[in-house]
Amino acid sequence: MAFDKNSNGFTFGFATVLVVVVGTLLAVTYMGLKPAYDENVRREKMQNILGAMGVEVDRDAAPARYQELVKSAFLVDANGKPVDGDGFALDVLKQYKAWKAGEIEAGDMVYPVYEADKEGTKLYVLPVVGTGLWGPIWGYLSVEDDGRTVHGSLFDHKGETPGLGAEIATPMFEDQFPDKTITEADGTYTGIKVYKGGSQTTDPHGVDGISGGTITSDGVDEMLQRTLAVYVDFFQSRNGTNSYSQR
Amino acid sequence: MSTDTATPAAPKEGLFSKKNRKLITDPLDDNNPITVQVLGICSALAITVKIENALVMSISVLFVLVFGNMAVSALRNLIPSRIRIIAQLVIAAGLVTLVDILLKAYVYDVSKQVGVYVGLIITNCIIMGRFEAYAMGNKVLPSAMDGIGNTLGYAWILVVVAFFRELFGSGTLMGFRVIPESLYSTEGGFYFNNNMMILPPMALVLVGIIIWVQRSRNTKLLEEG
Repeated sequence: MAFDKNSNGFTFGFATVLVVVVGTLLAVTYMGLKPAYDENVRREKMQNILGAMGVEVDRDAAPARYQELVKSAFLVDANGKPVDGDGFALDVLKQYKAWKAGEIEAGDMVYPVYEADKEGTKLYVLPVVGTGLWGPIWGYLSVEDDGRTVHGSLFDHKGETPGLGAEIATPMFEDQFPDKTITEADGTYTGIKVYKGGSQTTDPHGVDGISGGTITSDGVDEMLQRTLAVYVDFFQSRNGTNSYSQR
Repeated sequence: MSTDTATPAAPKEGLFSKKNRKLITDPLDDNNPITVQVLGICSALAITVKIENALVMSISVLFVLVFGNMAVSALRNLIPSRIRIIAQLVIAAGLVTLVDILLKAYVYDVSKQVGVYVGLIITNCIIMGRFEAYAMGNKVLPSAMDGIGNTLGYAWILVVVAFFRELFGSGTLMGFRVIPESLYSTEGGFYFNNNMMILPPMALVLVGIIIWVQRSRNTKLLEEG
């Protein structure tokens, strides 16, 4: 070869060309596949909402089933009062991060409510989001028309430890939620507590945490206590006006 | 790092010549990347809690190592030696990011399971080790074979470690329950999962046991003296 591959000029040139080629390749692939990825995320959200209602469906069938069961998706403000906006489009995780970063006030946050009809049973699906050990955790609770009895739950996480914190996303943890209540019979707010592992809890407002996943369990506890308080306000003001319980 | 001193393949050599076959079989035992060269230990500790994770990690490493080896080998006469590590790193990082994007678009569920670990492939010493020790000095095809061989050598250790960790740590295999729930002390039985198995240090102990078994069977690995 006639050129000196170790000359300064070639070294810089090679580095530049390599980085540009690799960068272009990645950018093109990403842009090309982004619609497929976004669609996966949208279907997964529908699948999760249905899952929290106890409706198991695979991701490809989720949009059709969602259309069938979920009647409306609306927003409530921090006092539980309905406000304008599309409940499905709101990215609760993004809003939560903005609140954590101090970019918005707690009072300015809005909360989606999914109103659904599962074989004649009216359910409200409520998203919750918080922080685990390694990153964000989130979930959906479905609550019955009485505004206090939990019908089902679904939790997920970005990167909790497999076998430990990640166990929140398994039936072992989720199946404890049905029939728990988020208020006392007289309407006093209790939320749902997550107890430290070991004890089989008989508390109607509490579930057993994950042993070995204490920080993740604490995160679940915190997000449930914080978010359900808003939704209880929604249910109680709804009982006054009754505007969202017709049908 | 450089344990291979393979001479460049002679022209007109068959695809499955003895030398090429050795590229696949050597890393399985005599020159195993984990137990003999002790590379890639970080991921062997991190992702072997469940067999499924170990398999997906192995498939991702297969993709990155085979295509990376081929790319580095194709460019080996062009890469300036002063920036060769940087060039190799750009190729490895590019491929890892590509795997991540492809998983998210086509096998979304798998990507959710292993997304965190895919990024770890960049730090897997086996990748850089093979680029530097083999692909920089050999033709494209043998480099691809070398990539396959080393991944297989890496994969079988991962799966064996994950087998024991999942079985004794969670009582399941590939997510299916093998130790009946009724035997557990919480259900009135006598059995406890070994929580040590879930924690990363146990992977190191298991890799140590594999090395012990391997050395007691393979006399070529014994050191003189």
